[in-house]
Amino acid sequence: MSDATIDQGATRWAGKSDTEKAQADLNFGNVPPASERDQDDPEVRAGQEARLRHVWAEPKGWRYWSAVNNTEVGLWYTATSFAFMLFAGVLGLMMRVQLSAPDNDFLTASFYNQVYTLHGTVMMFLFAVPIFEAVAIILLPQMLGARDLPFPRLSAFGYWCFLIGGVFVCGSIFFGAAPEGGWFMYPPLTTQERFSPGYGADIWLLGLSFIEVASIAAAVELIVGTLKCRPPGMRLNLMPLYAWYVLVVAGMILFAFPPLIAGDILFELERLFNWPFFDPERGGDPMLWQHLFWIFGHPEVYIVFLPAIALLAMIIPTFARRPIVGYSFIVLAAVGTGFLSFGLWVHHMFATGLPAISLGFFSAASEAVAIPTAVQIFVFLATLLAGRVIYSVPMLFVSGALAIFVIGGLTGVMVALAPFDWQAHDTYFVVAHLHYVLLGGMLFPVVAGIYYYWPMMGGRRLSDKLGKIAFWLMFIGFNTAFLPMHWSGLIGMPRRVWTYPADIGLELPNLISSIGAFVFAAGFVTVVWDVLRPRKGEPYAERNTWNAGTLEWLAEVPDEAWGVRSVPIVSSRYPLWQQKNFIADVDMGRFYMPDAEEGKRETMVTSVLDAEPLQCLRVPGPTFMTFWAAVFLGAVFILATFHLWTLTLMTAVFAVAAILVWLWRGTALQPEKDEKDVGLGLKLPLYKSGPQSVGWWAMFITMTGDATAFVSLVFGYFFYFTVSPVFPPPMMAGEEIGPGLTWPLISLGLFAASWLAAIFARNTNSKGAVGTARLLMGAGVALSLAASAAMLWGPYVTGLIPTVHVYPATVWVLAIWAACHGAVGALMLAYCLARSLAGRMTPTHDIDIVNVALYWHFTAGTAFVTVATIALFPLAV
Amino acid sequence: MLAGAVVIWVAVIGLSVFATKIRPGAYGEKAGLRLIVWGGCVFPVVVLTALLVWGLQMMPVLRAEANGPTIAVSAERFWWRVAYDVDGEPGVAKSLPEGGVPSANEIWLPAGLRSEFLIGSPDVIHSLWIPSIAGKMDAIPGRVNRLVVEPTKPGVYNGVCAEFCGDAHAQMALRVVVVSPEEYEAYVARQSQPASVGADDEGFRRFTENGCDACHTVRGTAATGKVGPDLTHLASRRTIAAGTLPMSPENLATFVGFTHRVKPGVQMPSYGMLSEDEIAAIAGWLETLK
Repeated sequence: MSDATIDQGATRWAGKSDTEKAQADLNFGNVPPASERDQDDPEVRAGQEARLRHVWAEPKGWRYWSAVNNTEVGLWYTATSFAFMLFAGVLGLMMRVQLSAPDNDFLTASFYNQVYTLHGTVMMFLFAVPIFEAVAIILLPQMLGARDLPFPRLSAFGYWCFLIGGVFVCGSIFFGAAPEGGWFMYPPLTTQERFSPGYGADIWLLGLSFIEVASIAAAVELIVGTLKCRPPGMRLNLMPLYAWYVLVVAGMILFAFPPLIAGDILFELERLFNWPFFDPERGGDPMLWQHLFWIFGHPEVYIVFLPAIALLAMIIPTFARRPIVGYSFIVLAAVGTGFLSFGLWVHHMFATGLPAISLGFFSAASEAVAIPTAVQIFVFLATLLAGRVIYSVPMLFVSGALAIFVIGGLTGVMVALAPFDWQAHDTYFVVAHLHYVLLGGMLFPVVAGIYYYWPMMGGRRLSDKLGKIAFWLMFIGFNTAFLPMHWSGLIGMPRRVWTYPADIGLELPNLISSIGAFVFAAGFVTVVWDVLRPRKGEPYAERNTWNAGTLEWLAEVPDEAWGVRSVPIVSSRYPLWQQKNFIADVDMGRFYMPDAEEGKRETMVTSVLDAEPLQCLRVPGPTFMTFWAAVFLGAVFILATFHLWTLTLMTAVFAVAAILVWLWRGTALQPEKDEKDVGLGLKLPLYKSGPQSVGWWAMFITMTGDATAFVSLVFGYFFYFTVSPVFPPPMMAGEEIGPGLTWPLISLGLFAASWLAAIFARNTNSKGAVGTARLLMGAGVALSLAASAAMLWGPYVTGLIPTVHVYPATVWVLAIWAACHGAVGALMLAYCLARSLAGRMTPTHDIDIVNVALYWHFTAGTAFVTVATIALFPLAV
Repeated sequence: MLAGAVVIWVAVIGLSVFATKIRPGAYGEKAGLRLIVWGGCVFPVVVLTALLVWGLQMMPVLRAEANGPTIAVSAERFWWRVAYDVDGEPGVAKSLPEGGVPSANEIWLPAGLRSEFLIGSPDVIHSLWIPSIAGKMDAIPGRVNRLVVEPTKPGVYNGVCAEFCGDAHAQMALRVVVVSPEEYEAYVARQSQPASVGADDEGFRRFTENGCDACHTVRGTAATGKVGPDLTHLASRRTIAAGTLPMSPENLATFVGFTHRVKPGVQMPSYGMLSEDEIAAIAGWLETLK
């Protein structure tokens, strides 16, 4: 890269007046089409670069916080999750101080319980999962040669939700009000006021539900990004491995988090309104929570572990100086791990007295998941074997990760056997196992990733010397801390004890563990110092400093906000290695979209399988609306925690309003022309609706997650059916069983009518019959509101009281779920009507109604299953 | 299993060192693919199948029918209610069977016989774990779980609660005493007897005056509270407060006077407001409940 480019990079920081002056010179709107420009002319390139730089520049001053660029949001996200990680690390150290000696009184029992609960909760929900999303938001667009993710504002919204929810959950401990029921929150300990007074459990539930929403938002964003924003020519089988892993993990989030959200809903209804889902005295069963929690909780382990493996899959080929060996093996293994991980959850419940047949099945499945994991490890070994390895600090952490993770995997194979697990379960053996898996499988690779990617993010390499010191402190400290725990667990130290008696052989292993924990912490602090230490005088690293082969290393040093100078045509897995003259062609703007002619942020949308160019997508720029939406939505959850219902409702209205304003101003924007020249003689449309558009995919994916949560609630209904001797219980089955037939069937008819109204509104609108379409949308609003009311009227009029027994409670929860979807559907149709009236939705620009019709397919299905379950099923048994 | 794990770990790490340090670049892609197939697919399939078959074969043995006594164990915050020789349907029942010979926090078992625990809980989820004798079994409200144990060596063993159940979870322990079947029979017979208490005993008077009888039963007296542990033969047990302190008059007094300092989170109120003499009288009387 030339010195001139570095100078231009520095002008980003120039004052505002210069920016304004520049804007006048940028000539927006009067630029000739890209195909007609001579990219070898430096003046042409300088003009293009100035425009791109201007368009993608992050806002200045306090407005900086309205930025939505993936690089900015990704950086905030990463920094925040590391801050939470350090906080939880301090909690971990406090636990080790408390346990360093028997009968210690450094912490009280209650405070220790808060500390260990938050340690697990924060590490899992505020570090392990978000760090994946954070890193993926930074890296994914770079790896795909995209300028940004398809929904930058959604990323920003997710980040603000994460920050607010995280601070709320962590902050509770400073008031001694933190949750103290463990990160697994087993009821009835946590559901009943007499066992867990105070707000702790509510803070856990509502704070984390809020964050789970953000996680799902990020998952939607990442899936659509991977599927639709690849550079032309990058077919699925040419994707960087990291993108494959993002796809698998985001898909897992989509199916794993909704069951937990469903569980949270039941849980919070019990805590707030005394609906007895987990109270055995009224037909409930605490085991339902364990199922829902671990259907989430086990995939969660792989959601944490796979993205870190993905980092290894990027680092290892670079330092082995060759493409990965066995690309298809590792992709299949990743997908296989993703699938299998949903069939293992019961191995967390081996001691709950389940029948031997299910123990056998889940033992076998738990062993089976070790096979794709082994394949992934051996793909790395094979790549190392076939390459000529260059050693470096990232590779040091990679080796440490392998050494630690393999131990965790081997103990995992042991605890997967039910008879062994009956001894090891809930002891320090499992504490050791899970830390070996999570630190070896996640933290060490992430640190390797920091050392590897920092030159790209921060422009400079981190220190080799500090890196080595940090590695050895962390590696030795980690093993000193956690290896003895295998022993203390097997001789009888249960988990989650705030103290232990002397003279039963636990003093020495615990003291060693505590010392090791501090050595480990010192190592990590070294890493933090290496990242944060001021390094003004140091020279920049050269571009692509490790000489890697994948697109993210196109990033200029110092970084340019535009992502890629031009969107390249990709024909290999390692284009920087395998495609001739590639970097120069990208830099000279010889590929697509080398300019921002109209002054808009744009990125390319391609087809799912073969990555053929489909659209030049306009992505929205900075806004505070996402911030406000997150603030108000956060306030809804926080106020509900403290039962301030009036304020909760008020902020809920504000939250909905903020989201509507955001959507109104920032989505489905009509471009000033239908298509534009993106270079190389290619013209792409600027507006697309239906299955080729990113919005349609986002709706489809979101609704898949939504349907998963709904299925989890239905699972709850049938779970109670199987564990109860008679369900519905006899006392509930009078003249009419449950909510009766009449009202649910009326409601179903109305739901079907609303669904048809949405479909016909979409069709007539696209045919140009705007008047009919508006009429249908209006009718749809009325019909769906009536449908929701009828759905609730059934259980109300038949006198089902949800606090009496679990049966009416499950009926109510399903009816409310369906009714809420009807109400949201009504709001969506009203929104479309307003868009149509305002001229923002037309027969040719119809994204809104197309996506709303898609929503209604799912909602119609939800209504049908709800009615079949609550009204028809009791007749059949 | 441990030896196998060590061998595999050494092999994998050895391989990575070999590949990176000893013979870098000596092998091609073909060798790499062969390594993935044999090392990553075939080897784990074979080893894991063998391990699984071996592991699952153990299960029926560990869950065999009982031929010894049936003992109900109710895990409660934060102690163990025990009843010997109960009749009950495991698996179907929603709550533990009534009756049997009551005791608490210490379980005696006959050596060489397969005894059956019926495990339940009236409050939250706990887990009964006696590491040297058997694996864990959860105590879940609304369910009755069954655990068959076959201790072979007489002796005194420690047990703990292995599922987090609240503040005093760490101090919810128990002792398990394994004896010959004859001694076991004699023990249960002794436990079934009422206590012999003189009505005018000073300690007993203080005990009832201060309301201890509202929660505790001492069979053979008017104290019939059901909330806390049965104290009829308290002094015959090895520990106080579910394995927290060794049994002695001093420790009894300490526990009555400083309950929450000894075991934070416990349900019993502290009786620190009583005079030392009163506490000593109560402790002295409790000491006689052999």
